[in-house]
Amino acid sequence: MSISPAASQLVWLVPVLPFAGFVANGLLSLVPAWRGPLTETVSSRRRALVSAIAVGVLLGSLALTLWLTQAVSGVDSVVTASLGEWIAAGGFHVDWMLRVDRLSVLMMLVITGVGSLIHVYSIGYMADDAGFARYFAYLNLFVGFMLMLVMGANLPVLFIGWEGVGLASYLLIGFWFGDRANAVAGKKAFVVNRIGDFGIMMAMFILFANLGTLDFAEIAREHNSLGAPPATLICLFLFLGCAGKSAQLPLYVWLPDAMAGPTPVSALIHAATMVTAGIYLIVRNAVLFSSAPAACLVIVLIGALTALWGATVGLKQWDIKKVLAYSTVSQLGYMFIAVGAGAYTAGMFHLVSHAFFKALLFLGAGAVIHSMHHALHEAAQTDDAQDLRNMGGLIRTMPATGVLMWIATLAIAGVPPLAGFFSKDAILSAVAERAISSPLAEASLGPIPGRIVLWFAYGAAVLTAFLTAVYMTRLMRYAFHGNYRAGPVAEDAMRDSPWILRGPLIVLGSLTLVGGWLQLPEVIPIGRTGLLDAWLAPVSASASALLAGSGHLAHSTEYLLIGVAVAVALAGILTAFLLLKPGSLVRKAEAPADTGIGLVLANDYYVDAAIERGVVGPMVAGARKVLWRGLDLGLINGVLVQGSGQLLRVLAGLASRLQGGSAGGYAWAIALGAVVLVGMFTLRGAQ
Amino acid sequence: MIREALVVSAILFSIGVLGVLTRRNALILFMCVELMLNAVNLSFIALSRLHGVTGQVFVLFVMTVAAAEAAVGLAIVISVFRHYRTLDLSRIRLLRG
Repeated sequence: MSISPAASQLVWLVPVLPFAGFVANGLLSLVPAWRGPLTETVSSRRRALVSAIAVGVLLGSLALTLWLTQAVSGVDSVVTASLGEWIAAGGFHVDWMLRVDRLSVLMMLVITGVGSLIHVYSIGYMADDAGFARYFAYLNLFVGFMLMLVMGANLPVLFIGWEGVGLASYLLIGFWFGDRANAVAGKKAFVVNRIGDFGIMMAMFILFANLGTLDFAEIAREHNSLGAPPATLICLFLFLGCAGKSAQLPLYVWLPDAMAGPTPVSALIHAATMVTAGIYLIVRNAVLFSSAPAACLVIVLIGALTALWGATVGLKQWDIKKVLAYSTVSQLGYMFIAVGAGAYTAGMFHLVSHAFFKALLFLGAGAVIHSMHHALHEAAQTDDAQDLRNMGGLIRTMPATGVLMWIATLAIAGVPPLAGFFSKDAILSAVAERAISSPLAEASLGPIPGRIVLWFAYGAAVLTAFLTAVYMTRLMRYAFHGNYRAGPVAEDAMRDSPWILRGPLIVLGSLTLVGGWLQLPEVIPIGRTGLLDAWLAPVSASASALLAGSGHLAHSTEYLLIGVAVAVALAGILTAFLLLKPGSLVRKAEAPADTGIGLVLANDYYVDAAIERGVVGPMVAGARKVLWRGLDLGLINGVLVQGSGQLLRVLAGLASRLQGGSAGGYAWAIALGAVVLVGMFTLRGAQ
Repeated sequence: MIREALVVSAILFSIGVLGVLTRRNALILFMCVELMLNAVNLSFIALSRLHGVTGQVFVLFVMTVAAAEAAVGLAIVISVFRHYRTLDLSRIRLLRG
């Protein structure tokens, strides 16, 4: 392991730069003259300063990351830097240790690269907002914590980043906190994530109790001394954390609500980076996970179910951002299938390509919402700017956005040769390969053999690919084609989005086009194949081999799998074109209510209502009846507080009887006392 | 001689104690206290035979204190009587807990 000295001296700047931006913009947002009433927009000079700081620090981090990429490009090169001691308690030592290897640098490139684009986009998107400086302060804060998450060399440092991005996510979901629903959505995200954090903490406790270390490198070195039960338990607890942060069943419920935040936030935090932290955590601990096949099968199973779940619910959402949110849930499920099956490269590949095309979709949706909002505002209409039923024919006014979003749609549907096709195919073929023959297929999850789980995951993934093509084509057709449904006045007021919104879209569109070349499969040699495989080999190859075995698919089988994937994607798109009738749509205000299965899907299988009834309701009732009335009012207030007072009153009443007020009584007492005392002294004297 | 004097002193003291314990009239109570003081004085005098003049000096002190006590006590008794129109201590029990 070689360490580059110059790199390790500067590596701390990568997360610290965004934190500095947070401090600067945070202070600016507090200056009274800058704050103004909530309705006032910030002057263009102030906006320029805030955006220069926010984008500047991100570009600085991006430049440093590019330089670090080159520094770790040698095989086994790792840059580590300790920023001082954090915890020293007996045998437990944790340093502020940063570690940049090929895996973390890949994440850092996505975070700073996509992050920079979204920062630039936000300058245009948030221009009219009074909280301009506050917005960028939070956004910088998020990037700082996210970088810390992926750069931490041990679990506690990662955990600080993990919590920090949760905080930034909470702040940004509730950015427009004037609307109560937004504040509630932020709170929901925070609370649901706490459940996951419990898992991470439990994993840390068990790891420390068994290995005495929380350092990733040491865990990877010493995990063999763990028995199978603790290893499985640790992995399951870690996965609980991942399920919270990365929105897997049953903890995904916060992500659709998180769409309450500004759209660039949804693109950055809730599509491209933060929600993929769970994938990163598993790949980071690939060696540990690959030694617990049962836990891996659980991950595959949950991932497959989540992929299907999100895709089906996405079919009937009307809010353009909700469609994308459920799509994200579903795609994250895809990634978990991959990393659960030990296809770490495929998972990371899909993470990166998903970051490109999903950020593109969200930013495109943001541009649409931006234009819709302005048009409806000018037409003095109160229609919902995010509802697909109010859109239609937008390709005429926003051609560039429409074309770019079509590219992203084809990518997520899995049409070659876009990034999504390659990454999705990598996952599908990896799962099929492991289902046919691998140590993972021989393992079992309770009574269920691994082979069944893997084949189920493959089937779910293929079905999800079909549904993905359907709901994305539905979104595009409803939004960009057919007639404009929000009325002629608003239609005349529709304008294309400004260049600052379109610029980042074009960059992301290009990345979506060429992203597949990161990891070309051997059977499609239209460039160098397996680049990402080679790049991540030092991190995950040995772990991957533990689960996958050494068997390779025959080329004919691979072509068959690719054929199936492409056929399914095209079938989905075709189905959407054949079955959907955009002509019959009417604007939201006049639309009939959904019925039957559509109603169930539109309400996300009534999960929120079920949680409200089954968990929140009993909890509130319990808090009210048992904790408040019983424990607080009854025990603490009644027995302990009032009771101790009552007890003293009774005792004092008894004592006050002694003071009867009659002098005779006192005299008797004194006399008897004197007799007793004198008697005692006399008797003692007699001895 | 000392023996007889101490016996008389003990008898006087016991009469005083008995009076304090059994009588209700504040004035009589007061006289009983004086009786007890004087019983003590008697034993001081008697024992000074054995232990030197310290006892006799103490008697002078006791008589001084008793005189002061009588002055204050009688003043209290008079003002109690003016207030309650009685000196029956069993009916004067304002200071009760």
